Amino acid sequence: MSFSDSPTLEVKDLKTYFFTKGGIARAVDGVSFSVGRGKVLGLVGESGSGKTVTGFSILGLVDEPGRIVSGEILYRGENLVSASMGRMRELRGLNISMIFQDPMMTLNPVLRIDTQMIEAIQAHEKISKDDARQRARDVLGQVGIASPDERLRAYPHQFSGGMRQRVAIAIALLNKPDLIVADEPTTALDVTIQGQILYEVQKLCSQTGTALIWITHDLSVVAGLADDICVMYAGRIVEQGSVNSVLDNPRHPYTHGLISSVPSRNRRGVPLAQIPGMAPSLLKLPKGCSFGPRCPQVTADCGIIPNISMLDKGRQLRCHNPLDALVSPKLKD
Amino acid sequence: MDPNAQKQSIVTINQISKRFVKSLDLAGRIAQRFGADIREEIVYAVDKVSLEIQDGEVVGLVGESGCGKSTLGRVVAGVHEPSDGKVLFRGQEIDSLTGQDAQAAALKIQMIFQDPMSSLNPRMRVQDIIGEAPVVHGVVDSKDITNYVEEIMLRVGLDPSYARRYPHQFSGGQRQRIGIARALAVQPDFLVCDESVAALDVSIQAQVLNLFMRLREELNLTYLFISHDLGVVEHLSDRVVIMYLGRVVEIAPTSELFADPNHPYTQALLAEVPRLETRQRKFAPVKGEIPSPIDPPSGCHFHPRCPQASARCREEIPVLREIAQKRFSACHLNS
Ligand SMILES: Nc1ncnc2c1ncn2[C@@H]1O[C@H](COP(=O)(O)OP(=O)(O)OP(=O)(O)O)[C@@H](O)[C@H]1O
Ligand SMILES: Nc1ncnc2c1ncn2[C@@H]1O[C@H](COP(=O)(O)OP(=O)(O)OP(=O)(O)O)[C@@H](O)[C@H]1O
Ligand code: SF4
Ligand SMILES: [Mg+2]
Ligand SMILES: [Mg+2]
Repeated sequence: MSFSDSPTLEVKDLKTYFFTKGGIARAVDGVSFSVGRGKVLGLVGESGSGKTVTGFSILGLVDEPGRIVSGEILYRGENLVSASMGRMRELRGLNISMIFQDPMMTLNPVLRIDTQMIEAIQAHEKISKDDARQRARDVLGQVGIASPDERLRAYPHQFSGGMRQRVAIAIALLNKPDLIVADEPTTALDVTIQGQILYEVQKLCSQTGTALIWITHDLSVVAGLADDICVMYAGRIVEQGSVNSVLDNPRHPYTHGLISSVPSRNRRGVPLAQIPGMAPSLLKLPKGCSFGPRCPQVTADCGIIPNISMLDKGRQLRCHNPLDALVSPKLKD
Repeated sequence: MDPNAQKQSIVTINQISKRFVKSLDLAGRIAQRFGADIREEIVYAVDKVSLEIQDGEVVGLVGESGCGKSTLGRVVAGVHEPSDGKVLFRGQEIDSLTGQDAQAAALKIQMIFQDPMSSLNPRMRVQDIIGEAPVVHGVVDSKDITNYVEEIMLRVGLDPSYARRYPHQFSGGQRQRIGIARALAVQPDFLVCDESVAALDVSIQAQVLNLFMRLREELNLTYLFISHDLGVVEHLSDRVVIMYLGRVVEIAPTSELFADPNHPYTQALLAEVPRLETRQRKFAPVKGEIPSPIDPPSGCHFHPRCPQASARCREEIPVLREIAQKRFSACHLNS
């Protein structure tokens, strides 16, 4: 690491709850992780497990009826949980940016792409309109938009879904931020275009030291891109560690189940392993370990919520009956 | 031609083209009202595509975002009229049939849409979503419908006691099954599945894929399976069709395609597939320029990105020709 040893982002025991009519939904319930300069953290997990809400909490975008109830989000040592709205606005788009699951959360349908991109640059920097346009043009090219000069003059509706997604990514990259939270950013793209975008993102991380949180359900992308991985289930991180250790040697039964359900080359046509049952409702969580009712390893102990246990090399786990360190699902090939 | 063509083919796609005159959507109309200079454009979504699908086969349809996969699927399912060309069902042109025959043929091809939430009526109960069409079309008697719906729900792994619920009361994977149940209820022979598992996380995705495979066995279904997830396509399909910018560029049996891709675009695709066992890899940028369907390149649509393009590729459209048994590719390198 270059000028500082402290991580770019440190999240400590974060709790973000939604106070709904039906009860309290503990969407993020005691989540801790950190991302260092130039590092990529993959955040994976079942739909509804709290990945997006974790990202929103970092950006200060959690809305009623939700709120951060406790914990710390330290960006270069500054606690964002207690930062003012003004301070958050200053940071967003310049130091920290988010690529949303839905690109139309970033794009304004009635404004031309150039207007939006130039505005995003000039909001944080004294720079001439021509220079800003030049940068916007370059970044559009980086995300694989053909003829960026003409495309800059287009409106969002003139783009296909995948192209809109790429423009939203371009806007997040414009100011070379320090920290990017990317929420399922490439799900609608074919792998060649996805590769182009991952290439640019990797370059940004290594050259600028940008720290990246990559939220996805695609384990194969995380495998190729991330340094570390957090696996979420029902608001909690159930397993985290380096990508190699977690994917080669999952200890939590949920992680194991996830990896086993990825379609595999040499088992073509054979039924895929599946995790039985479905994710629980946050309003009706089972007692104890939330994964209990679906877990092949479940025992009476699991009626109590498992604590985080620290294994070697920063590996963390929440399970009463972790899988043997040697059991690993057969990886493809 | 295709030696399989002698065998019974269930669907024949014959020189299908689909052009859209891009009329303005809401955002466009608003933008226009605000003084924007917006014109209509012609999009060449599907360009002279031909394909024979055999009874009982699973054909995977793969390609870049915006290359025309959904459009082709919709034409096959009768949701869109083609601009040119014909779709034959068991050798008969669907348009030429009339009355009951036409209706029967239309029912035999069903489509499962990408987003289950937007294709299920939120104000209808699941029992009506599944049971309406089979009663209307006389597939079952209305007095037997409760039992019939129950049977279909069981078949797709939904608890029949949920029959009176509304779509929003289900999880993503369950909603996908409702879409499948609705399609199955009219007893189709052929299913077009458009990105049917894209929005699902892997554990639910596995449940739905297993269901598709089981139904294929039990009901002898044929599938056109649209997906950009090559892992899923490889797992499920017998044969794979690769599209690029409105045209088919390669057709091959699955194992041969993945072992030995012929077309440079297919090669580029396979080289980029992320794999669980590939760690901390160096991603590579797309070489050359990415073309647009509004203003497609001359000659081979792939030539601006193709590492092996020659002068001929810029001028002459390569035809899809047989390069080996059951293998077709549209690339000048083969001639
Ligand atoms: N505004 C809200 N009101 C009430 N509950 C909410 C709200 N927003 C999110 N939640 C709940 O918080 C939980 C976590 O949601 P989140 O969007 O973070 O899931 P996710 O992991 O991103 O899932 P996906 O993979 O489907 O995007 C969900 O159970 C959701 O129902
Ligand atoms: N109703 C429509 N009106 C105008 N243009 C359309 C319409 N439907 C599709 N198109 C255009 O046709 C082309 C092909 O679209 P299609 O939806 O078939 O792509 P696709 O291969 O399914 O892409 P994706 O993987 O993103 O779903 C695109 O350029 C799209 O913008
Ligand atoms: S026809 Fe030419 S440009 Fe097209 S794929 Fe083949 S070599 Fe490349
Ligand atoms: Mg999300
Ligand atoms: Mg589509």
